[in-house]
Order: sequence, then structure tokens, then C-alpha cells
Amino acid sequence: MTRSLEKSAFWTGVVDVLPFIVMVVPFATLFGVVAIEAGLSLAQTLSFSIMVIAGASQFAALQLMLDNAAIVFILAAALAVNLRMAMYSAALAPHLGRAPLLQRAVIGYLNFDQSYVLAVAKYEDQPDMPLPSRVAYFLGVSLTIAPLWCLFTYIGAEIGAWIPADLEVSFVLPLAFLSTVAPMLKSPAHIAAAGVSIILALALAGLPSGSGLLIAALCAMVTGVVVETLLERRA
Amino acid sequence: MNYSQFEIWVIIALMAIGTFAIRFSFLGLIGSKRMPPLIERMLRFTPVAVLPGMVAPLVLWPTDAADGVTLLHLAAASAAVGTAYMTRKVIWGMLAGLSVFFVPVLFDLL
Repeated sequence: MTRSLEKSAFWTGVVDVLPFIVMVVPFATLFGVVAIEAGLSLAQTLSFSIMVIAGASQFAALQLMLDNAAIVFILAAALAVNLRMAMYSAALAPHLGRAPLLQRAVIGYLNFDQSYVLAVAKYEDQPDMPLPSRVAYFLGVSLTIAPLWCLFTYIGAEIGAWIPADLEVSFVLPLAFLSTVAPMLKSPAHIAAAGVSIILALALAGLPSGSGLLIAALCAMVTGVVVETLLERRA
Repeated sequence: MNYSQFEIWVIIALMAIGTFAIRFSFLGLIGSKRMPPLIERMLRFTPVAVLPGMVAPLVLWPTDAADGVTLLHLAAASAAVGTAYMTRKVIWGMLAGLSVFFVPVLFDLL
């Protein structure tokens, strides 16, 4: 009985995540293409996708490597992009916190945008879902996405080797970032944060590669919180 | 790119460890601790705080471009932002930006 309950939760997760595949496939392919063009080996490109599985930060690291930034700044900026996932972890903890440690570790490894968004929505919609079913649902979602992310990185890497060198492939990176950020500009606070980030990053471009960006990002985060708080007070 | 093979592997390994630590953080704690609300608020802004600043110089002075910024770079960037903002879908912005940027090149090749 419980086995079949978990099985059905797993498959519900698989079905729920299908629409997200449309987005994961092209991005994984692009990462493969761009990483090979940037000079990473096939093994390095694949290791990135398998071990990190975080699109935006992988692209960010690649971009800073193309700029020959110091390793400390590459790690700081790329991990800053992933900091939002600490928030995901905090949001998942009340629902999954009682699962065995090993299961939580696997969930941690697979805790990315799509799995967090779908799982939290599901758990809030069905508060009396038993714990094993919650874990099964989470795995249904994430174990569908993660292998595709890796497979299409590989396909992208193979395609990358065939693309003529005079094609300006690296410009795909800014296009990917812009497309990722634009839908996130949901409120004046988000727009203000993005504005501060752009202005300061340009103003501080003379600093060692990567360091100006960190200062800009920190100021932008504070700006976002301040603007949001002010708007809430006024309302 | 100017890194030794060893340095590239170090970057990948440290990113993997760091990313896992971030993702596991609160799941790893016993019980269900909450994050301080102010920190949680700031974290919600990380993507819009980091990515635009990273992109701005890339669009305004692309490293690869032989003749600096062209109208094509700006047009492709605007198409990506505009489309993604209007449709609220990353994928449409990406396709719009890629089409504006690469379709003229492909025509040149043919």
C-alpha cells in the first residue's frame, strides 16, 4: 500500500516537471557548446554539470574564467548566484527535515529551482502528504531534470566542437543571463536592485576582474530590501 | 582563458562543494530552524543583484567582438530582455536574442 503510494507520488513529480524540460534542454546544450568553445575539456564540461548542477552559476563561472578573473572572485561570484538556494533549503526543511540524513543529503544535492518550486507548491497544497511520499515526489521531479541536464551538456559539448570558430558564440552568455533575469523583475524593488547592480558594475569595471561585481551585487541586494521596505511602509 | 588544468579542476571541485553546502544548509540542521527574516529578504534579491551587473559590461564592450559593440549586439540584447520580460518566459527571450544575433550570420554563411 505505502509502496504504491510512494510510486504514484514519484510519477506525479515526473509529470509535473515535464513542462520545465523545454527550458532545461536548450540551456544544458548551450552550456556544453559555450564551455567547449571557452576551452574546457569534455571531462571538465561534464563534471561541471554533474557536480554543480546549477545553470546560472555555471555560466557565471565560465564568463569570469573567460575574463581571467582570480579564482577567489570566480568562486565568490558564482556561489553568490547560488545563495538563493539557501532560501530553498530553509523553505524545504519544515517539510523534509525529518527524513533520514542520507535522504536529506540527496535532496540537498538535487535542490535546484525547479525541484524547489514544484515541491514547496505541492507540500503546501497537500499538507497531510506522508513524509516518504514527499521525498518520492521530490525525487520524481529532480531525477527527471538532473540526468537531462547532464545528457544535453554532453550533446552541446559534441556540437560545440563542430561550430565554426568565427561565430561569436560567447555572446550567447549575456543573452542567457538577460533572458533569465528579465522575468524576475517583478517589482520596483527588483528593478531598483538590477539598476544599482548595472551602474555600479560598470563604474567599478576598472577593479580586478570579479571584485567590482561583488561590491555592486551587495549594494544591489541592500537597495532591493530598502526599496521593498519603503514601499511596504507606504502601502 | 589562462588557467592550468589543475586550476580548472580546483574551480569545479570548490564550486561543487560550495553549492552543495548552500543547498544542504538548512536541510542539514536538526529540526526546522528559520533563517533571520532580513537575511531571507536579501537572499531573494541575489539573482537580480548579481546577473545584471555581470551582463552590463558584456553587452557594452564584448570581449570577442572584432569591431567592438555593434548594433547587432545591442539589438540582440534588447530582443532577449524585451521578449523575456513581456512573456515572463526565459526560453522565449533566449530564442528571440539568439535569432536576432545569429540569423544574419547564418545568411552570410549560405
